[in-house]
Amino acid sequence: MHIHKFEKIWLIFGVATLLVFLSVIGVSAFYLGNQPPSCLATINPEQVDTQAPFDKPGLNKVEGKEWDYELVFVASAFNYTPGEVEVPLGAKVKVLATTKDVVHGFNVAGTNINMMLEPGYISEFVTTFDKPGEFLIVCNEYCGAGHHLMSSMIKVVE
Amino acid sequence: MNAFTEKVNKIDRRDAKLGMAHFYVAFIGLFLGGMAGLLQTLVRSGQFTLPAGIGYYQLLTLHGVVLALVMTTFFIMGFQFMAVSRTAGTLTNKQRKTAWVGFWLMTIGTVMAAVMILLSEASVLYTFYAPLQAHALFYVGLTLVIVGSWTGGGAIIMAYVGWRKKHPGQPSPLLTFMALVNTLMWIVATIGVASTVLFQLLPWSLGLVERVDVAISRTLFWYFGHPLVYFWLLPAYMAWYVIVPKIIGGKIFSDSLARLSFILFLLFSIPVGLHHQLVEPGIDPAWKFLQVILTFMVIVPSLMTAFSLFATFETFGRSQGATGLFGWLKKLPWGDARFLIPFIGMLSFIPGGAGGIINASNQMNQVVHNTIWVTGHFHLTVATAVILTFFGISYWLIPHLTGRILTKAMNKLAILQGILWAIGMTFMSGAMHAAGLLGAPRRSAFSEYGGAAQAAEWIPYQIAQAVGGSILFIAIILVIYIFINLAFFAPKGEEEFPVGEAANTAEKAPMILENWKLWLGIVVLLIAFAYTIPFIDLIENAPIGSKGYKLW
Repeated sequence: MHIHKFEKIWLIFGVATLLVFLSVIGVSAFYLGNQPPSCLATINPEQVDTQAPFDKPGLNKVEGKEWDYELVFVASAFNYTPGEVEVPLGAKVKVLATTKDVVHGFNVAGTNINMMLEPGYISEFVTTFDKPGEFLIVCNEYCGAGHHLMSSMIKVVE
Repeated sequence: MNAFTEKVNKIDRRDAKLGMAHFYVAFIGLFLGGMAGLLQTLVRSGQFTLPAGIGYYQLLTLHGVVLALVMTTFFIMGFQFMAVSRTAGTLTNKQRKTAWVGFWLMTIGTVMAAVMILLSEASVLYTFYAPLQAHALFYVGLTLVIVGSWTGGGAIIMAYVGWRKKHPGQPSPLLTFMALVNTLMWIVATIGVASTVLFQLLPWSLGLVERVDVAISRTLFWYFGHPLVYFWLLPAYMAWYVIVPKIIGGKIFSDSLARLSFILFLLFSIPVGLHHQLVEPGIDPAWKFLQVILTFMVIVPSLMTAFSLFATFETFGRSQGATGLFGWLKKLPWGDARFLIPFIGMLSFIPGGAGGIINASNQMNQVVHNTIWVTGHFHLTVATAVILTFFGISYWLIPHLTGRILTKAMNKLAILQGILWAIGMTFMSGAMHAAGLLGAPRRSAFSEYGGAAQAAEWIPYQIAQAVGGSILFIAIILVIYIFINLAFFAPKGEEEFPVGEAANTAEKAPMILENWKLWLGIVVLLIAFAYTIPFIDLIENAPIGSKGYKLW
C-alpha cells in the first residue's frame, strides 16, 4: 500500500503527539495518583441509613488517616443529606457518597469533585478545599421529575 | 452519456422506493426531534414554561430517542442501501425483501417507543439507565428497532457476499466496503444494548424478576453507546472520502488508505465504552485507563481522514491552476450546497474531535463529566459534522431517487440552511461548552438551585443556547421545506449520484483488507481483552440489585 511522503510525516507527528499525551495522563494517573473516582466498595442501598459511615451524614473528624475529615453524603430522589455543610479552609477531606434509590450525580461546581452515585456502590474522592466560598453541589445525572431541584451546598470557611 | 452507463449509474426504482421509505421516517423524526430541542432550549432559558401536561424530561426523552436513535439509524440504513445498490449493483429480490422486513420492524418499534414516551410511561431519556423503569413496551420497541437494523444489515451483508462471489479476487467497490464495515461494527456493538434490554430490563419491567444489576446494565449500554457514535460518523466519512471528491471534480486521494482507516475504526470503536464511565464506582481505574488508550487509537484513522480530505481539495485546486500556499481554497465550489454543507460539517469536526479528546482523558473528564459541556460536544460532532453531511447527501440523493433535480433556487436555500446551522450551533454549542466548564449540568430543566450564586452565572449562557436553538430550528424548517420540494415538487430530471474514483487507479487495494475472519477475530480479541476482567469484577462483587423506580 502506497503512503504519500507528507502523509507519513503527518501520521508520525500525530502518533508521536498521541504517545506524549497518553504518557502525560498515564503518569498523572498512576504516578501522581490523579485517578478518577473508582471506589470498589459496595453497600445495600436499602439499608444505607443504618450503615457506617452513612448513618452519620455530614462532616466528621477522623484520626490516623491520610485525610482530616470525612464528608459523608446520602443522596435520594430529590435531595442530598446534608443539605448544607461547612468545611474548614485547607482541610483535607475524603468525600464519601452513595444513593438510596436511582442513579444520581454528585458534582461540586467549580471543583474537580464529580462522580456518579449508583445504587449498591460507594463513591469516594479525596480532595483539599483550598479556596474559600460557597460551592454548589448539583445532581448531574437525570433521576426523575425533580432532578433539577436536587442540590446541596458546601461552604468553605476560615 | 450513453444508454448503458446511464442505466448502471441510476439506482433501480424498486431500490429507490426502499431508500425513500427510510428517508421519510428520518425527516419526520428530524422535525419532531428538532421541535422538542427548540422547546428544551426555551425552557432552560427560564423565559418559557411548557404548556400544561408536557414534562421537560418527557420532551428530552423524545428528543434523544427520535434524533439519536431513530432519525440517524433510518437515514444511515437508507443511505447504505443506496450506496450498495449504486456501487455493487441493484439488490436482488431476496435482499430487497429482507431490507423491507428490517424497515417495518424498525418502524413498528419506533412507533411503540414513541407512544410510550407520549403517554409519559417512559421518561427515562434515550440512555434509559436502570433503576428508572419504563413501560415494558418501550423496551420492546427499542428491541424491534435494533432487530430491524440487524435484518437490514443482513441485506447489506448478502449484497456484499453476492458481489464478491461474482468478482473473485477483486476488491469490493469502495462505498460497498465501507457500508459493510459500518454494518459489521453496528452488529457487534448492538449485542451489548440488546443483551441488557432483553435479559435485564425487559424481564424486570414485566415483573418476571424483581431486581436488576445497575452497573452491569450501564456497562453493557456503554459497550454499545460509544460505537453508536461511530455508526453515525462512518456514513459521513463515506461521503467525505468517496462522494465529495467527485462533487468538486477531484479524485479520491487513496482508495487503500480509505479502506484501512475504516478497518481501524472497526477495531477501535468498540473496546472503549468505559471512557463514558470514568467517574463511576465499581470499575478498577487501571481498566478504565486501558480503555482510554484504546479510545485514543481512533485518532490515527481520524488523522488519516483529515489528511486525505484536504489532500484531495488541494490536489484539485492545484490541478485548476491554483498557486501559493492556500490558493487552492479559492478553486473549491463554494456555491454548491452538495459540497459546502458537508464541508461546514468537516470544519466543525475539528473542535468536536478536540473536545472528544478532553472528554476521554481520565483527569479532564472529571471536570466536564455530565456537565452541559458534553451536550455541546456531541452537538458539534453528531448534530453538526454528521447531520450537515447527511443533509448534504440528501440534497442530491433525494432528487436522484425521485427522478427530480436540485434547482438553483433550492441550492441557494440549502446554502442558507447550512450557514444558519453554523451560526445557530456556534451560539448553542459554544454556550454549552462555556457553561459546562462552570459546572452547569446537562439533562436538567431550568433551575436557580435555591438562588445559588454559581447557578446564576449559568443563566446568560442558557439564554444564548435558546438563541442558538431558535436559529437551528429555522434551519430545520428550511431542511424540511427542501426535502418536501425534492421529494414531491422539484422539476423532473436526472440528478447525479456522485461516486469518486481513486487518483491512482493502477493501485489495487490489498485483499487482506477484505479478510473478515481476520478483522472480526481481532475485534473479538480486543473486546475480550478490554472487557472480560471488568465484567468478572462487576459480577463477582455485585451488590444486591435494584427494584424499579418511576420517578416522573
